[in-house]
Amino acid sequence: MIDANAASEIVESETRHRSLWGDVWRQFRKHKGAMLGVLVFVFILMAVSIGPKLHGIDPNTINFRERNLAPNWEHPLGTDNIGHDTLAQMLAGGQVSLAVGFLAMLIALLLGTFVGVLAGFFKVLDGPLMRLTDLFLALPILPLLLVIIMLFRDTLRSLYGPEMGIFMLIVFVIGITSWMHTARIVRGDVLGIKEREVVIAAHSIGTRQRRIITRHILPNILSPIMVSATLGIANAIITESALSFLGLGFPPDFPTWGRLLYDGANFIQITPARVIWPGLFIALTVLSVNYVGDGLRDALDPRLRGR
Amino acid sequence: MIQYIIRRLLIAIPTLLVISFIIFAILDLAPNDPTGNLPMTVPAEVREKIRISLGLDKPMYIRFGMWLNQFFINEPLNLLHEGWGISIGDVENRTRVLSWATRSPVVDLIIQRTPQTLWVVGLSYLFGIIIAIPIGIASAYKQYSWFDQIGTFVSMVGFSVPTFFTGMVAIILFSVQLQWFPMIYDTTLVVDSWGNFVLQVKQMIMPVMVLGLYNASQLSRFMRASILDNLNLDYVRTARAKGRSETVVLLVHVLRNSLIPVVTLIALGIPTIFSGALITEQVFRVNGLGQLLIIAIEGADIPLVQTLTFLFAVLIVLFNLVADVLYGILDPRIRYD
Repeated sequence: MIDANAASEIVESETRHRSLWGDVWRQFRKHKGAMLGVLVFVFILMAVSIGPKLHGIDPNTINFRERNLAPNWEHPLGTDNIGHDTLAQMLAGGQVSLAVGFLAMLIALLLGTFVGVLAGFFKVLDGPLMRLTDLFLALPILPLLLVIIMLFRDTLRSLYGPEMGIFMLIVFVIGITSWMHTARIVRGDVLGIKEREVVIAAHSIGTRQRRIITRHILPNILSPIMVSATLGIANAIITESALSFLGLGFPPDFPTWGRLLYDGANFIQITPARVIWPGLFIALTVLSVNYVGDGLRDALDPRLRGR
Repeated sequence: MIQYIIRRLLIAIPTLLVISFIIFAILDLAPNDPTGNLPMTVPAEVREKIRISLGLDKPMYIRFGMWLNQFFINEPLNLLHEGWGISIGDVENRTRVLSWATRSPVVDLIIQRTPQTLWVVGLSYLFGIIIAIPIGIASAYKQYSWFDQIGTFVSMVGFSVPTFFTGMVAIILFSVQLQWFPMIYDTTLVVDSWGNFVLQVKQMIMPVMVLGLYNASQLSRFMRASILDNLNLDYVRTARAKGRSETVVLLVHVLRNSLIPVVTLIALGIPTIFSGALITEQVFRVNGLGQLLIIAIEGADIPLVQTLTFLFAVLIVLFNLVADVLYGILDPRIRYD
């Protein structure tokens, strides 16, 4: 039975039309860790997006009568020292942490791709842009992030409100301090692709440079960009929680996983669960994203694909 | 080689100047008032006097120039004077970089805090290297064996899980539940007897382990990849064909070649572990450089923040250079001339 299935699959795969992304998907599916990573990540995404509606408790409700509770039916993860429901806070915090991760990754990716393509495509810009990249790589990122947030948070708070201001500040600073690796990888790839026949042919028929970049260069560098996107999410989530953990992230009434961990650290002897849950979810998210990145890298590598 | 090092050092000077200016500019452009934390009862003219006493009435380029002068000329001269008794110039009236919060020289504060950081961070890095290399070798040699599967999984977990979480779990397990190790690192402990030595070891185990395992998980991945790159090369086949034993092939021929990228990576990683120590020190309450920086940032102690951040940048530039030079020394295929 199994043999027959396998045989029919082989016949099918030989007759069926095979596209590049189909091949990538087939290779990706073989990577067990990556598939598990996708499952876990999708589960976390679903949980933080649908979960609050199902759970139905407001994360900022304070109830002093029900403080430091152990897990029970009403509060599946217990409550904290002023009676916040830990599960509701976890779900709300997850929304913020993931949003920071995605947005900061997007900024870093756009900046990195922009700088990388410019540096790789235009020879004049290569030197200065790469020196700039080296300079950014030499900056002590974590201390600088702390300093910037400390110094600018009051201004942004007064401009955009306490939550939105800090959110924008954190997303922005994480984004503009983590584009360098993407830029380097993209530049290297662009340098190679620029010499290919397609690009030379496009030049010879008089295609404009902007069109060459959007039409021929960008689709070809999609795979390194996708891999750095996954790494970027993981990196941004860790950085945000590290900042919150150092007490320089979001304000206390605005939960994120890092902030919950930081607040829970002072009650580690009474309610250790308050540290475990946020930490576990940061770890699970980052781990699943890293595995997805690993699988993507293997699947997008033509030397490994189709083996 | 010497020429290359000199050239790189010469490039490093403008780089560091630009970085120090960027840090200075960020700190200066920020809409933040150092007298903002004072009580409301302090009248405006007193605030103005405080600002003048801190040198804030002068324009930015003069303050930047003063900082450069104090940090690059006065502080080294002062170190010479205090360390070796060599006095150059006016020793008494030399202005030093002063912390706004404590009014003591910033360099003295840094010197006070450095040993704790170096002990914890340095030991954890050493520990990480020592366990990463054998694990990397074993994983690569028996690729896809159960040891390799477990090893790659653990290292993936190790570098995905942030140290502030592993540190917290360690505290819950070993300090709160089992009560084996103290929760807070006591820096006043002087190691003068066997009992104190045991206490010192006890309080260092958790931070060193947590940071060490984090470093080890990253390094062992690179070690494994590097050995795998080498195992299929021609020289390995030659060595086997000559009749060398597997141990010699692996530990002499392959290991030496695959350590080259790992060694440079170790050098490159040294500055990043200092910023990693920022978090570990906060978790275990070690009063090292990382904690000093956090205190300085929270207290808006601009000269201290400026100097510390700049020192981190110096470390990064320096160890980048060290890594490149090491690469040139270890790998005869790379020539910089």
